Amino acid sequence: MPAFLHAFGAHVPERIVTNEEIGARVGKAPAWIESVSGIRERRWAAEDTSVVDLAVACAQDCLRNAGAEASSLGMIIVASGSGARGFPGPAAAVAAQLGLEGTPALDVPMASAGSLFGLAIAAKMADTFGDVLVIGAEKMSALFDIHPEGASKLDANTAVLFGDGAGAALVSARPQLDANKRCWEILDAALHTDGQFREDLAWDGSSALRMNGLSVILQASRKIPAAISEVLARQNVAACDVQVFLLHQANQNLLVRVAKALGVAPEKVFSNVARYGNTSSASMLIAAAEWASRNPPSGDIVFGAFGAGFHWGALLARSR
Amino acid sequence: MPDPTRRQRLLSVLGKVTTAQIPSDDSESLFESGLLDSFALPDLVAAIEEEFSIKVPDRDLNPRKFDSVARIEAYLEEHGA
Repeated sequence: MPAFLHAFGAHVPERIVTNEEIGARVGKAPAWIESVSGIRERRWAAEDTSVVDLAVACAQDCLRNAGAEASSLGMIIVASGSGARGFPGPAAAVAAQLGLEGTPALDVPMASAGSLFGLAIAAKMADTFGDVLVIGAEKMSALFDIHPEGASKLDANTAVLFGDGAGAALVSARPQLDANKRCWEILDAALHTDGQFREDLAWDGSSALRMNGLSVILQASRKIPAAISEVLARQNVAACDVQVFLLHQANQNLLVRVAKALGVAPEKVFSNVARYGNTSSASMLIAAAEWASRNPPSGDIVFGAFGAGFHWGALLARSR
Repeated sequence: MPDPTRRQRLLSVLGKVTTAQIPSDDSESLFESGLLDSFALPDLVAAIEEEFSIKVPDRDLNPRKFDSVARIEAYLEEHGA
């Protein structure tokens, strides 16, 4: 059965943390931060704001954009690498705050690639369970402190890169939720995992996030274009014919590299990493929400992500 | 076994990827010396593949294997390049 993308939503905290502010805290020059990442600022949530709060806010935005009510949902999927360790995961609380009783809520505890995996899962579930709301929500700012029990000291290598936020997408087996709105049909997805590098990007739930940036960039530079090419080849679509690539917003230099590997202009890869930094599993759907707010369905769009695990993949959708 | 020609070709590849001074000590880390950063490393791997007509499989995409001239030479020797 086919599945369709009907709407996106996004939410970012109000507080803007500039390169000047974070640079002063961790001893890095603002210009250096921008040159190595393309990031100029990011959003950080207040201490009392949780992953669940961010997720609920973007869910409501997505439902508004879709003209749908939470009560119409058949399932929700919440992807988050920064949700509190232990159980239950954030999905149950998100469902409760949306007023859902009895609707299945699935956690995908996966950083960066979680929302992509969520979309692919939703595409298979929508026919059975009904409309699926996929959410990626992250509070990465809670993972930088290398002395969480003592005086605060941020890890310079990660604090400059990551931000907080949430994105959402509504997936349905029905091609039309609203007679006046077009949508995108999900045509294909490729998902992959290679656990041999799982220690190169990890968070244990108590100490600071650990990242081997050399390994992450080396792997991502090859695997993101490979996954996109895999899906495009299966569907006989040329990269140059894709309207836009909506990718995990890890680093502007990586986005440019992926465009080059695919043989497309950098402008075809949507980017908002300069304003939000790397919001992990939230970033791809925040990017989709921003892009879709100005671009109604009118062509092929490609999603792609790579993250801790390593997990990575791509998904192709076509306007209907 | 050291291969002067291979070493020279490797130094030439490094020279294309970075304009920084290549360390005189073959065992010195190319990352810690500042010669390579995270975005130059994928370029180096791609350039090595092209120069030596080999394919570095994904399982070998480990920065430690490319951390110094000596380690890259060892990798090339191991793979018959």
